This record gives sequence, structure tokens and C-alpha cells, in this order.
Amino acid sequence: MTWRSPLALVREALRGQRAREKDLRNLASNLPYEGLEKGKQPNRYFPGNAIKTTKYTLLLFIPMNLFEQFHRLANIYFVGLAILNFVPVVNAFQPEVALIPICVILCLTALKDAWEDFRRYQSDRKLNNTPCLIYSRKEKQFVERRWKDVRVGDFVRVVCNEIVPADLLLLHTSDPSGVCHIETSNLDGETNLKLRRTMSGLCISHPVFEPESFNSVVVCEKPNNNLNHFKCYAEKPDKEKVGAGIESLLLRGCTVRNTDHAVGFVVYAGHETKSMLNNNGPRYKRSKLERKLNINVFFCVILLFTMCLIGALGHFLWLQALPVVPPFLVPDSNGHLDSPSLSGFYMFFTMIILLQVLIPISLYVSIELVKIGQIFFITNDIDLYDEDTDSRVQCKALNITEDLGQIEYIFSDKTGTLTENKMVFRRCSIMGTEYPHKENAIRLAVLEEPESEEDIIFDHVPQPPNTRWSLDTEDTNPEDTQHHHGSWRKSKVAGTAQSNVAFSSPLETEVIPDRKLLQQISRAESSSSSSQKIDPYLDFFLALAICNTVVVSMATAQRQRTSESLHSRQTNNPLNTLSNLVKKPGSLHRIFTFWQRKPKRNRTISEDSVTEGDDFNPPVKTEEPGDINGLQTCSLYAPSQCNMPATTSDNLSYEAESPDEAALVYAAKAYGFTLLARTHDSVTVRLPSGEDLVFEVLDTLTFDPIRKRMSILVRHPITKKFVLYTKGADYAIMELLGTPYAEHLSGSQKNIAADTQHHLDCYAKEGLRTLCFTKKIVSDKMYESWLVNRRRALAAIDNREELVMDTAVQLETNLSLLGATGIEDRLQESVPDTIVALREAGIQVWVLTGDKPETAVNIGYACRLLEDEDLVINMSCKNKLTCTSILDCTLEEVRRYSEDPRNVDTTQDISLVIDGRTLTMALSSDLQDRFVDLAKRCRSVLCCRVTPLQKSRVVKVVREKLKVMTLAVGDGANDVNMIQAADIGIGISGQEGMQAVMASDFAISRFRHLKKLLLVHGHWCYTRLANMIIYFFYKNVAYVNLLFWYQFFCGFSGTAMIDYWLMIFFNLFFTSVPPIMFGIMDNDVSAEMLLGVPELYRMGQGAGAYKFSTFWVSMLDAFYQSLVCFFIPYLAYQDSDIDVFTFGTPLNTISLFTILLHLSIEIKAWTVIHWVIILGSVVLYFIVTLAYSGLCITCNPPSNPYWILQSQMADPMFYLICILTTVVALLPRYIFHVLRNSIAPSPLAQARHLDRLDPSTKSELIKEWRSFRGGGQVKRSRLSTPPSPTLETPVDIHLQSPISSDVMGDEFILNVITENYQRPLHT
Amino acid sequence: MATSYNAKEEDGHHSGASSHGAAGVVKSKKPDNTAFKQQRLPAWQPILTAGTVLPAFFVIGLIFIPIGIGLYVSSNNIKEFEIDYTGVDISNPCYSCAKNFSWNSTTPCVCSMNFTLEQPFESNVFMYYGLSNFYQNHRRYVKSRDDSQLNGDQSALKNPSKECEPYRTSDGLPIAPCGAIANSLFNDTLELYHIDSNNTRNTIPLVKKGIAWWTDKHVKFRNPGFIKLNKHLCTNKPVNWRKPVYELDPSDPDNNGFINEDFIVWMRTAALPTFRKLYRIIQKKSNTTPTLPSGKYVLEITYNYPVLSFDGRKRMILSTISWMGGKNPFLGIAYITVGSICFFLGVVLLIIHHKYDTRSNSADIPN
Repeated sequence: MTWRSPLALVREALRGQRAREKDLRNLASNLPYEGLEKGKQPNRYFPGNAIKTTKYTLLLFIPMNLFEQFHRLANIYFVGLAILNFVPVVNAFQPEVALIPICVILCLTALKDAWEDFRRYQSDRKLNNTPCLIYSRKEKQFVERRWKDVRVGDFVRVVCNEIVPADLLLLHTSDPSGVCHIETSNLDGETNLKLRRTMSGLCISHPVFEPESFNSVVVCEKPNNNLNHFKCYAEKPDKEKVGAGIESLLLRGCTVRNTDHAVGFVVYAGHETKSMLNNNGPRYKRSKLERKLNINVFFCVILLFTMCLIGALGHFLWLQALPVVPPFLVPDSNGHLDSPSLSGFYMFFTMIILLQVLIPISLYVSIELVKIGQIFFITNDIDLYDEDTDSRVQCKALNITEDLGQIEYIFSDKTGTLTENKMVFRRCSIMGTEYPHKENAIRLAVLEEPESEEDIIFDHVPQPPNTRWSLDTEDTNPEDTQHHHGSWRKSKVAGTAQSNVAFSSPLETEVIPDRKLLQQISRAESSSSSSQKIDPYLDFFLALAICNTVVVSMATAQRQRTSESLHSRQTNNPLNTLSNLVKKPGSLHRIFTFWQRKPKRNRTISEDSVTEGDDFNPPVKTEEPGDINGLQTCSLYAPSQCNMPATTSDNLSYEAESPDEAALVYAAKAYGFTLLARTHDSVTVRLPSGEDLVFEVLDTLTFDPIRKRMSILVRHPITKKFVLYTKGADYAIMELLGTPYAEHLSGSQKNIAADTQHHLDCYAKEGLRTLCFTKKIVSDKMYESWLVNRRRALAAIDNREELVMDTAVQLETNLSLLGATGIEDRLQESVPDTIVALREAGIQVWVLTGDKPETAVNIGYACRLLEDEDLVINMSCKNKLTCTSILDCTLEEVRRYSEDPRNVDTTQDISLVIDGRTLTMALSSDLQDRFVDLAKRCRSVLCCRVTPLQKSRVVKVVREKLKVMTLAVGDGANDVNMIQAADIGIGISGQEGMQAVMASDFAISRFRHLKKLLLVHGHWCYTRLANMIIYFFYKNVAYVNLLFWYQFFCGFSGTAMIDYWLMIFFNLFFTSVPPIMFGIMDNDVSAEMLLGVPELYRMGQGAGAYKFSTFWVSMLDAFYQSLVCFFIPYLAYQDSDIDVFTFGTPLNTISLFTILLHLSIEIKAWTVIHWVIILGSVVLYFIVTLAYSGLCITCNPPSNPYWILQSQMADPMFYLICILTTVVALLPRYIFHVLRNSIAPSPLAQARHLDRLDPSTKSELIKEWRSFRGGGQVKRSRLSTPPSPTLETPVDIHLQSPISSDVMGDEFILNVITENYQRPLHT
Repeated sequence: MATSYNAKEEDGHHSGASSHGAAGVVKSKKPDNTAFKQQRLPAWQPILTAGTVLPAFFVIGLIFIPIGIGLYVSSNNIKEFEIDYTGVDISNPCYSCAKNFSWNSTTPCVCSMNFTLEQPFESNVFMYYGLSNFYQNHRRYVKSRDDSQLNGDQSALKNPSKECEPYRTSDGLPIAPCGAIANSLFNDTLELYHIDSNNTRNTIPLVKKGIAWWTDKHVKFRNPGFIKLNKHLCTNKPVNWRKPVYELDPSDPDNNGFINEDFIVWMRTAALPTFRKLYRIIQKKSNTTPTLPSGKYVLEITYNYPVLSFDGRKRMILSTISWMGGKNPFLGIAYITVGSICFFLGVVLLIIHHKYDTRSNSADIPN
């Protein structure tokens, strides 16, 4: 290293700073500069890839950690007191000793921090030393280096299943079409594969990538933390610019899947990578209890100041009363005595030091420990463990466990939270004709039956399963199937011969085709050969299969390295496949299955050879991986498993970003339209006839929440036309329809759109999710002109997103409707139970969903959010004026309803359904109060068609207006706002990725876990912590007051009659563990009781166990106890020869007994651990004190504890005083508990009582108890339903009937409702 | 981030491995189903109701009342006699001594008080001096001593602790024993004479050893070698003392210097402003004659200690002693009272139990 002037160094540093700060960065390849010194490197200003997440360095640990810790006010307070002790005029204790408690606390925290930091250091080191491949010019190949050696401008090669070391701009992949699959589960938890493609137009598409030939300059934006956004362009030497976005960026932390290798150019490294920028620390939320606690701490401060003031004043008066200087008044070293007023002033500070323990120093540490313990028990609860996903409940926020016990409002998402988010294709409507898929519905219904029946089901001899799916069955005798299905209806056992197919396969992948539709298709297909495949039925299923972003992969082999398949790819040919097949140990029928399909394959290939003229990949290649992996799957299966009926005709598995897409693809597959492969620019679909069509994908207009639709533009392989398939939400599609796709159909079917809309409404009523499918044929000319726009938009650097969206909107016009689908999202198990239990627990449940009102209401009934006898108020209006008047009228009505004397005995069950638009108006600042007032009176509220932002707005408004504890639960990215707005956010780790979980405070895997989490753990955590905190305050006040009372007998001079060491030990060791154990382990009521009687949860709501009255009562008790503990020994030792510290010893012992026995009264369940800890504390006290006073002869000067306890323990008086005082001190509390439990037991006490009974009588009594209390729930007579306001916008107030029995009916319940229950509407 | 990376990597591993069907290798995250982790440890759940706690109250009552009676009786059996010799009233023989006091006067003022014991004191009699309104527990006063010096530490002898200020040095020499406690040592001398029927004064022998704690005398207080206390070794007496520490009891080297028992007793600072300290013991001579027969006595006081300045009082107390120490009826009364209260509460609870206990099983939840 050559010497450089400091000035140069500074200049260099400044230049680096500028380079990093610039909005656009110019990055060049490092290769031409390889081996040069650092100053000549072009990318020297950008940080390397080594990361350091540690907070501290070895040398600076102590100052930095102390600085960190002094952010806590409590710590500053205690250090301030310790420093005060060093001022001679005010010191109460030996100053050095006074430092001990705060030092212990600081050291413990520092140790914890150091350990955490060390863990981080270790993992950093491990990551930094992970090997990776970097291109070296010297060796002309990729050489192995460490992650920390990666620099911006390097070329890094990643192989399959390797983690990407830095943010790479993808330049080359092993895939000929230049795609690379990545899994981002490390970043956002999403396990589906994502597609990344190489930067197009950089013409490095040689089979072997030559990094040295890369001579462009990459210009990219400043590092930011947006994982889904990236802008850059590469400027070639000839000044041509090629743009690239996030789709070409491999993010650090992702895993490369399904791609043999990929080469990328490092754009961001180390801390500048997107994943590192996204790495925020844990969230800090302050719990409600903690806020109250701080108020109580404040009260304690006031109390402390009062006591100190009394002390100061007392000292002043005492000094004033002295006639001359007595011998016990010690002047300072100059023989000078301060004036009484000055002494009184000093005494104030001395008192603060003496009584400082009143502010519980260890409270904050103890609370932290208790919360850690509580979280340990929550995460270890076996009932909150989900077998399917192998996940426990996760506690992300460590300090709000007790808030779980105080929830008053729950805001829930619907999809994926209440429902499985596992989509099942249920119905479809094609060209205005409804296909109800009855058999499918029956199959699903059968599946929902209890599992016990499965044994019987499996006893049946399996029939060859494939006959029903394979297209050969298209002409199966209709009567035959009819017979089978009819028998299903009669008894579940009879018809299950076929259904065991479904049992052995995941639900959503199986669809039983509708008979009529199958016939329709076969008809269409037979005719299509002549009519150029333009039949709308075929188009519909093609749209189903093509219009999505589903990645085809193989269920079992997906995570394997693809090298084997690569190897076999070369050698693969149909013959080979065949011979492989024969070798497989599969069962006969499996071979039969394959055999059956074999001719088709041959046909495929022969057809492929025809279409081979196309300029993209030969279809053989794209099709192959599926088949190969199908074979691998087969070999992996044990022979016995192969005896099971084949699950699908193929072992393809689809990985979709949203479960709807997968459901649709599976549905298409059921009808024979099998999506075989999808690459960047082609989609292969196998038609029912067995031929494979390869569509050239020209563009994909991806889904966005504004357009609410996605489209795919393909070129039809046979007609060679450009076809745009669009799917999306009905309201997003219906307005884009051009001329209906009906020119050549008969007149009766003209109005397809209207029919379809009708069907869609019916689907929604049934609770199905609806999607519309359209098609559009794009003329060549139009395509050309559009393509220009599109290219321009894609290359843009600014506003790229908007431009790209605009191009999408341009193309999606004049669509012709093909049909619609209804997908069922099944309710998760025991959702109704959970909702009912939560409601019984006094929690209001709101559901916020993006679905249509009809769907939402339906789901509401299904999950018992709405009950049959509920009064449902439906609010939906177009403008604010009507909204205001409706709100007023309804509010008036509801008020009248609840004030009606006839309704006093009935709990008002009013439910509100409101849609997004009305909600926006209702939440505007002038209507907010009225809306909240209305919502408060409603038992449940259903908000439909709400946006993520509205969700969080609702939560915020309710939380702030009603001052209640809110909990939001959701599973998707659209719930993140809501989760963050609520007091507690709960994420459900479901199908839609992990954003919700990442943002949440607690993560659960099923909705039903909420019940135990809130009712049991919430209740426990809350009562435990609340009792613990109150006890802590009590303990400190009771103990410190002993010192205060003594001041009245020592001239308010600040003398402590207890040895200071023993005082420290008292708080630090003798009485610290029992309350912590109490806070972690006390079980006031058993989990069964809490789950059985959800009403017990109401204890925690509002103020619950931690009221101010509770606090003051325990403060009073503390005062009483300290008075007793002081004055009984005082009177007993009055006018005797007892000395200061001998007097203090029984006091200390008495308060130990009193404090511990007080806790014993509060402990509700004694386990071995309780006994050990309580008795251990007493034993520890005696051992430590005996040892201390046995060994300490001249130590700790003023107190001289030598032999004091020993001499006391030899005196019978000591024991007599201890026993008497303890009994007198605890008598009132004991009596209070006894009287309360005997005369007016709280529900909790009663529950505790029931807990002790044997299980059978217990359950009986619980039932009796609950029915007694719920006596008001007797079916009340229908009361005067509020008349709907006479406004042009109707307010639907209807009482709806349960739909469960009608689910399978062909008639839609909508009609039923309108006929039978809309009667009250206009009365 | 880094740590979460690792966790996730393991997860990835997991699913990978399990999809290959390698069972047994994968460790499930399923929590252990143990009684501790599932919070199902067998527990004793006492419920405090009238029915369950009834016996406890009766038992407490039954135990406390006899104890209280016992304590009360034995306290009443203790004979105690107290005489105030401060000299506040003009009628008091010590009035003049009290008035003319000064720390510096060289001639001791002597006064004597007559008193009569109505009852004979049978067993050993403890003779106390009592002070009132003397705050020996004042914070600064309590600290003003050097235990190392009193323990015979050489360096502390020459260089006493800072806490002794301003009684640390005088005339440039360290004070031994230093500090305010030692400086204010009680220095009245009390002598007791029995006046028998012949009107002759019989000196009652007062034992001055055995009045301090054994551990204080033998462990905590040590002389730094007798000679070293001498003035040759450059220590000074406390300013209020008339004689240096090595002349406290010249007659008995075992009771001289720091281990003088009167000094040790004084150094154990009293807890409350009104206190007594053991002065002498009058030992029982034989089984037949009482230690102090009833009759007339004279207490002769060498009046040295000033208390009027702070409104204090000085007393002489004669007391016999029982297993529970000195006379104090409080504890006995307290035991009897608490025992009675408990018994009474027991009865109340019995009534409540009969009235309410039937309800406790089938009560309603008030909401």
C-alpha cells in the first residue's frame, strides 16, 4: 500500500459518499480490472458483500451497551439515585453499596445483549464464509470464493438449490429460454416458485456464457428496500439501452430451483441488498397493561415524594424542637451544624435514597422474564400446533402477551382466515348455460363427514379409477353414473367405490366433471376438427388452462437438482420412456394406464414434428420434464402405494401464486385440457382428443389490484391468430365486454352476459368466488401497434408501472364473454365453533372481506357470524346524503329497538352488513361517530368489498373512537395494514405467503387456534401478569413502609434498621423468584373450564383484574400490613435494651413471611414447583442471613450484623412475635377472600370450584350453569322489525334462513330468501 | 436477518427431506407433550371458602389464647422497680446536680435517692439505666464509629474511619475510641445500698461482668494489645471523656480498654429513643434469702451525664427476668386478643357457611 496524503483520503471518501448517494449508479464489470489495486477499481465505492448485523464491537461493547440501556427512564432514575448517594450530606447508605442493585440489573441486561450479539456474530460469520462461485479472468472460469469476497461488478454463478449471495442481475441461465426459478421463502416465506428471466436483448445468448464479453455499463437506482420493484438499464458500448426490472433480479437470500445454473452480475452487495434493507428489528408494541402500569408507577412516585416530604418536614420540626445541641446530633467535620431548614432539605434527598425501592427497580426486568416464560408456554402448547404445516404458534412481539386476554373487538379477514384458501372448483357457466356439477358437490359433502367412516370406505374393492376421468368415458352410459351418484346420496358407504379416488388425493386437485358438460365438450370436439376450433366451450377450457401464471412442476422431484433430468433429456425418446415404463415395479393397472395413453403420445410427437417449423423451442423438450418426473415419482413410490388408485392421470403438479389459479387449472384438467408445460414464451396444453397444442405466449398482462384481472396474449398454433384470454372479477370484466360472443348462436342465447351475471349472483349467494373468462381475437395490425407501445413502456425507467398498466388497459377492451366459474373456498375446521365461543366471550367479531356482499353474507351464516334469528341491516348506498340519512334512521331504529322494554330480557342480535363504498362514506369524519355508535350496538358487522386501506381505517376508527382493545387476524398481503393498525395483529400462515405473518405479532396456522390462544392463554397471561404486577407494587410498598414508620422514632434522620445488604438481598433473591413464578405459572382456572365457559374471558375485558381500585386496595393492604409488621414488634420491644439492628431482624423476617404468605393466598394452584420455590425462598433467607451474620464481624460498618440473627433465633420472643405479626397482617386479606368466595363468588371462583369436581359432574354442571345464565336466549317472539326508511336507496332488513340444507339444491337460496323472508321489508 | 436466514434454511431442508420420504431424520416442531410444558402439572387448588377455612380459625384461636395467657402471667410475675433521677423537679435530690452540669467540671456531683421496695426480688436482679428522648438511632450518630478500631485493628487505631468525624482526631492525635457514640458514653455511676432495720447502709454487690453480649466481648471488641492504648502511642481520649479508654476499669485488665463491658453495652446503639441498658447484675446469694428483700434502699448517683439539654430523662430500673425477657404485658394481651378475634371470626364464618354454602355449587354467573 502506497502512502497517500490525508487530504487525498478525505477526497476519496467524499467521492465515495457522492457515488453512493447518487440517484443512479453506474456499474461496470470488474473483470478488466482484476488484480489491480483497490484505488483503480471502478466499483470501489460500493460496499462488499460481507455483512455485519452485530450491534456492538468487542472494544466498544460496554459504552455502547450502557448508552443503549440508559434509554430506559427507570435505569436513569436508579443511577441518579446511586450518584446522589455519593453526595456526603444526603447519603443514606454506603455509596458503594447503593450501586449494587443497579449494577446487577445493568450487568444482567448487558449479558443478555452480549449473548444475543454473539449469536448474531456467529451467524454472520457463517453466512460470510458460505462458498460461492465467482468468475475469475485469470483462471478463465468460475472459481470458488466466499460470500464476503463478492463485490459489486462481479459475475456470480449460482447452481440449483443454492442461495443467492447478493442481488444479481440475471444474465444467463442454463435454460435455453433464459428463465430461472427462484423460491423466496427466506425473504417473504412464499414457497411457490417465481420466474425470473435473463435481461433480454443483451445478446449473450451463446450456449456458454462469456463474462469477459460483457462490456455494458449497468445503470441502476439507489438501493431501496422494495422487494417487488427494481429499475435498471444496461448501456451497451454503442449507447443502446436495455431496460430490466425486478423480473431479472435474483435477490440475496432466495434459493434457485429447477434451474441447473444461472449467472448474474452483482448490482447490490452486502448491506445494500434488498433483503438486508428489509431487515428491520423486532417490533415494539406497548401493551395496555404496561400503559396502566406506568400510571401506577407515577402514583408510586407521587407517594414516594409525599413520604419524603413528610420525612423532610418531620426532620425540620424535630430539629426545631430541640432546645440545645444534644450529644446524639453529630456535626460535620468542622464541628458545624446545619440549620434545621437546610437539614430538612437535605433530608428530602436522603429519604428518596432510603425509600427508592418503592419504585420497583426489578419490576421491569421481572415483567420481561415473566413474558419470556409465558411465551415459552404459549409456543409449547400442543393444541396450537398444526400437524399439516408442522408449525407452532409464533410469538413475534414479545411484550404484548397479556393483551390477548383483553380483546373486545376482532377484525377478521375472510379468505384464508375463516376459510381454507384451498380452492375447489364447484360450478361453471359457459355461454350462459349453468353446469351445476352436482356430483362434485356430493363428493365434497361426503368428504366433510367424520373420518371414522373411512375404514368402511376403504374396504371396498377399488375399481379401475381412471375410467371416469379418461376421455374414453365421455360416452359412458349416463344412467350408470346417475345410479352411482344416487346411491351416494342414500348411504355414504354404497357409492364410495369411486370416491376413494378422492380420498387418496388432495381435495382441490380433484374435480368430477359434469356429465352434461362432458357431452357438450365431446360434441364440440368432434365438430371442432372441421370448424377450426373456435367452439366457445373449447375456448373456455383453454382459457382456464392457459390464462394463469401456474408453474408446472413435479410434485416429488421438484426440489431435486435438475442435472439428472438434464442428463436424461438428451437420451430421452418415446421408446426409452416405454422401456422405462416396463421396468417400473408399478401395479398392473398403472401400466395399463400408461399403456392406454401411449398411443396419444405417439400422436403428440408426430404432431409436434409438424409444428416444428415454429421458431421457438421444439415442444418435445418443453414437454419432457413432466413425463420424466412422472416416472421418477413412480419409482419413488413404494409398490404398496402404487396399488392405491392413481391420483391423477399425470404426476404433474401445479404451483400457483394464488390457489384460485391452481383450482382452475385442475378443473380444466378434469375436462381433459391438461396444462403440460409453461415456459417463458410458450404454453403446452393437451386437448381431450389427446393432441398437444403449443401456444406461443406473446405477453402476459399480470394481475394487479387496480385492474382486478389478468390477461395472456397467445398465438393460436392452428389458426395462427392472436388471441387474448382475460380472466378477472365480474365487475372488472363486465364493463369491458364488447359484442357478445354469440354471433353464430341462436337468438335465445343472445343475452349471455345477462344470464352469466345472473349465475354469478347466484354463485355469490352460495358463497362461491366468481371469476369471468373472456376471449378476444386481436388483429395482426392491432397487435403490431400495441407491441410498439408495450416495448416502449417496458423500457421506460420512470413511471414504468403506470405505463405498463396503461398498455394492458389498452388491449383489454371489447372482450367477448366465454363464461364464469364458481370456486368454493371451504371454511376451515371449527370456525363456527370458534366464532361462537369468541362471541360468548364477549368479543365482537367483524369480518372485513373483499368479496361481494352476497358471498360474504353467505359465509357469515355458514360460520355462525350471523344467526338465523338475527336482524340483518344491509347498508349500501351511492351518495353521502343518503348514507347520512340511512345511518340516522337505522341508528334511531336500533336505539328504539334496544330501549324497548320488551327487549330487555333479550340480548340484541343486530348484524350490520355494509359495503366498501358506503363504508368510505360512513367513515368520513362527520359520520364516523354515528357509524361507530351503530356498530357498537350491532352484534356482528360484515364489511364487504373493502380495500386493504379501508380495513386498517375501520380498525383504527373503532380502536380510537371506542377505546377498545382490537385484534386483527388475516393471512394475506392485503391484511397487513389492518394487522399493523390493531392492538394485536395475528397472521395466519396460510396459502397466500407470509407477508401477514411477517407483519403480525402472533402467527398461528389455523383460525380455530384463536380460541385457545385468546380464551386460555390470553386469560392466563393477563391474570398472571396483572396479579404479578399488583403484587410487585404491594411488595415494595409493604417493605419500604417499614423503613418509613421507623423514621418517626429516629427523628426522621433516615436511619435504616435493616442491614443494607439484607435489604438488597431481600428484593434481589428472597422475594424475587416467587412472583416471577407466580406470573409464569399460576393457573387460576383450568384450560378446560376456560374453553368450556367462554364467558370467563369477560373478566379481562375493560379493566379486568387490573383496575385502579385493585391497585389502591392492595396499596391500602400494603400500608396496613406494614403498620402491623412495624408496630407489633415495636410495642413488644418498647422500653427494652434492644439495639437498632437487632430490632430490624425480626422486622425483616416478619415481612418476608408476610410477603410470601400473601403470595400464597393469591396462588390458585400449587404445583411442586410452587412449593419448592416458596419454601426455597424462606430457606435461602435463613441460610444467607445466618451465614452473613455469622461471618461478618466488622464488615458493612454501621450495621454490624455479627451474630444478631443467631441471638434472636435463640430467643423464644422472636418466634412469638413473628407468628403473631404474620397472622395479624394477613388476617384481613384472608378474611376478605373467604367472605368473597362464600358470599358472592366471582365467576372465576365458581369455575375454580367446578374444576375440582370429577369430569362427568363437572360437564353436567357447566351445562346447567351456562344454560341458566343464557336463559335470556330463549327464542323470543319476533319483534317489530324496524321499518325501512322510505328512501330511494333500499335498506335491506331481512331475516335470513340457514342455507346449510340448501347448499346442494339446484334452486338458489336467494329466491327462498326473497320469497319467505323479505316480508317484513315493507310492512 | 442473519439468524432468520438460518432458521429458514433449516426449514427448507426439512420440507426437502420430508418430500423425499426420509422419515425419522426430520425433527418435528411438535411440542413435547409433557405435563410441565402443557401446564398440566398435578396441582393442589385450595379454595378459600368459609367451609374450608373454619377449622383454621378455631385452631388459631385455641392455640393463641393459651399462649397469650401464659405470656401475660409470666410477664406479671416479673418484678420491676423504676426510679427517675433526672432531677427536673426542685424536690428531686439530683436537681442541683442537673442544673449545674458541665462536661468540663472536674469535681463529680453526687446525689442520692431513697426508695422503698414493697416486695422482695427473689431471683437475680438486673439493674438498668434508662434514658428517654435520647436518639441513639440517629443516622449520623449510628454511623459515627469505627468497628475496625474497636476490633483492635492497628491501622484503624492510628487512622480512624472518616465516619468518626468530627470526633476522629483531637490535637492532631487520633481519638481512641473515635466517633460520636463513644464520645457520648454514659458515665453516671450508680451504687445501691440497702438500709436494714438498724438504719445501716449495706452496700449491695453489683456484678459488672456478663452484661454485654458474649460475642461482642470476645469477638467484636478487641484490644490492640494493652500497652498500645497508652498515651505513648499517640492516641487521644474522646473529648467528653474524663479519662482515657485504658483507664475505664484499671482494676480488671479483662474489663478495660475496648472490652470494657459498660462501653460495649453503650456501643450497641438502642433502636428506640426511649431505651434501657443493662448496668449491673445483682446475683442471688442463696436460696433462702431474696436477692433484694423488701425495705428501704438508697441509690447513690455520681451525676455526670447531662440529659436536660435535650429534654431527656434518666432512670434506674431494677428488674427480675423470665424466659421472655423483661416485663412487657403487651405480647400476652395481643395474643389473647388475636386468639379471641380468630375464634369469633370462626363463629361468624360458621354462620356464613350455613347460610351460603349451599349456593356455591349452583350459582349463576353475573354478567
